[in-house]
Amino acid sequence: MSTATVTLTPSVAAPPSPPGRRLYPRKVWAVILSAYGVLAVAIPVLHLAVPASSPLHLSDYTVTLVGKILCYATVALAMDLVWGYTGILSLGHGLFFALGGYAMGMYLMRAIGRDGVYGDPVLPDFMVFLDWKELPWYWLGSERFLQQALLVVAVPGLLAFVFGWFAFRSRIRGVYFSIITQALTYASMLLFFRNQTGFGGNNGFTDFKRILGFPLASPRTRVVLLMLSATLLMSVLVLCRVLVLSKLGRVLTAIRDAEDRVRFCGYDPVSFKLFVWTLSACICGIAGALYVPQVGIINPSEMSPANSVEIAIAVALGGRGTLLGPILGAALLHGAKSVLTVAFPELWLFVLGLSFIVVTRWLPRGVLGLLWREGRS
Amino acid sequence: MNLDTPAGPVLYLSGVTVTFDGFRALDSLSLLVEPGELRCVIGPNGAGKTTLMDVITGRTRPDVGDVQYGEANDLTRMSEAEIVHAGIGRKFQKPTIFRAHTVFENLELALKMDKRVLPTLRARGTPEQEARIDEVLALIGLRGKARTLADLLSHGEKQWLEIGMLLVQEPGLLLLDEPVAGMSDEETARTGELLHSLAGKHSLVVVEHDMHFVDSIARKVTVLHEGRVLAEGPMDVIREDKQVIDVYLGR
Repeated sequence: MSTATVTLTPSVAAPPSPPGRRLYPRKVWAVILSAYGVLAVAIPVLHLAVPASSPLHLSDYTVTLVGKILCYATVALAMDLVWGYTGILSLGHGLFFALGGYAMGMYLMRAIGRDGVYGDPVLPDFMVFLDWKELPWYWLGSERFLQQALLVVAVPGLLAFVFGWFAFRSRIRGVYFSIITQALTYASMLLFFRNQTGFGGNNGFTDFKRILGFPLASPRTRVVLLMLSATLLMSVLVLCRVLVLSKLGRVLTAIRDAEDRVRFCGYDPVSFKLFVWTLSACICGIAGALYVPQVGIINPSEMSPANSVEIAIAVALGGRGTLLGPILGAALLHGAKSVLTVAFPELWLFVLGLSFIVVTRWLPRGVLGLLWREGRS
Repeated sequence: MNLDTPAGPVLYLSGVTVTFDGFRALDSLSLLVEPGELRCVIGPNGAGKTTLMDVITGRTRPDVGDVQYGEANDLTRMSEAEIVHAGIGRKFQKPTIFRAHTVFENLELALKMDKRVLPTLRARGTPEQEARIDEVLALIGLRGKARTLADLLSHGEKQWLEIGMLLVQEPGLLLLDEPVAGMSDEETARTGELLHSLAGKHSLVVVEHDMHFVDSIARKVTVLHEGRVLAEGPMDVIREDKQVIDVYLGR
């Protein structure tokens, strides 16, 4: 393959793994754990215990924003696993995120119960509006949280597995693979826009009331969801780190750098790619499921190609193949987005594009690479 | 693997013909490589050297002819992966190594072991494996660079590392495509020593352009021309061969 574009072949990433079994050096652990402490303890306290009149009080908006960013950061980690480490650039990861969100959204819609506008005990409002008389078959059992929680992982996982099986077996690689993933998410978006698909058309799902009986509007529920998001991010980070430090992780990086040689060494690159690709999709699904109750809405625009491109930009911005970098990248990107889209909405896309150019041209290892270098000198 | 009779040839090609759109890349070619032999294959561009390698590794199928590895392996009926497992290692002209991994990790990845997904996830290095890697590191002269990123190696060192990656898989037959292309004189000399030390334990087939190098390592040389064996024998005999001088050496 001669696709030597900067965006597709990362320069030598990640310094050689540290000797021994430790996942991170002590100093890095200290940073990670204190960040987790701030997210899971300090923010909840500042939101719940500090009176609203105090300047230290954190608003609903801030807590939700942080929760959202944590979900995006989890997706960025999943993306780093397939792109940064395995060299598969997906431009459709937003689809897996959205599918997880929809699976959770179905439960949340059913949990509204009689409190909807039309007061139907079974049918969600949009179905009553469309004059449907009963639930479509694929909504059966959606009032059960456990079933939907399973689907949050199973649906993106299955789709990724089937799609990946065909794509990897046919040795579709590089830009071709990226374009197909982009088409996949776009086609799904069009499908979900249709009212007949049965997922609320272009309005999607909204007006959620409660989750497992807890009111979503209550600050306590909000804080619990935030803590869950922080814990998810933390667990996924540890999982990814264990993976990339294992021999399997070294095979993944080897596939990125010289897939033919991996095959000549006797490995089957297809099964390794399929494993990491499916795992990545499952992680995105869980992140999407935690995202939806926090923002209170899921609609097909989550599947728009631009959303998936943003995921890739977040990873490139933070630093491919570093795990911690993409978390940082997602935080920077979505932090900047939430400020800019309010202050100068017309500027946002320019800033996004510009940051991508700057990163690919001058910072092949992203912001984290910049910090790393300065930290050492 | 499956070398039932150690006395028989390791590699046996007979009457192999390969045509591409009417062009005869190999024309009823026959070749015999004995166990432990170091064989050089030379010939002008288009003589069929690369096609020969492709036929042995299963990348190209012959139209007619036999290709046998040892007694039991009919290479014309085996997939590329099966041929690798049977013990034929191939080194391409351009070094392909895992540049983001250390020299040690490169060899570790190539080691002979269960290479499915879950066993790989659980794999931990054993002392035997480390000893094997260390042995190969010594052989290819990279012991001092075990913890160096492969990307930082010189061109010659990368070539040696790739040879090492084939060696840890314990192949019976090694195919090397222009192993000294782009090497400095000193690196070329060291590569010659390396190949000499491998002959005996492994059988080697080396395709090479550099006549000085062939001169320095070859015991037996096969000259290909237009898909046929033009001459075969010790280098000093080959050098005097009139036909060979006409088509190749004389130029």
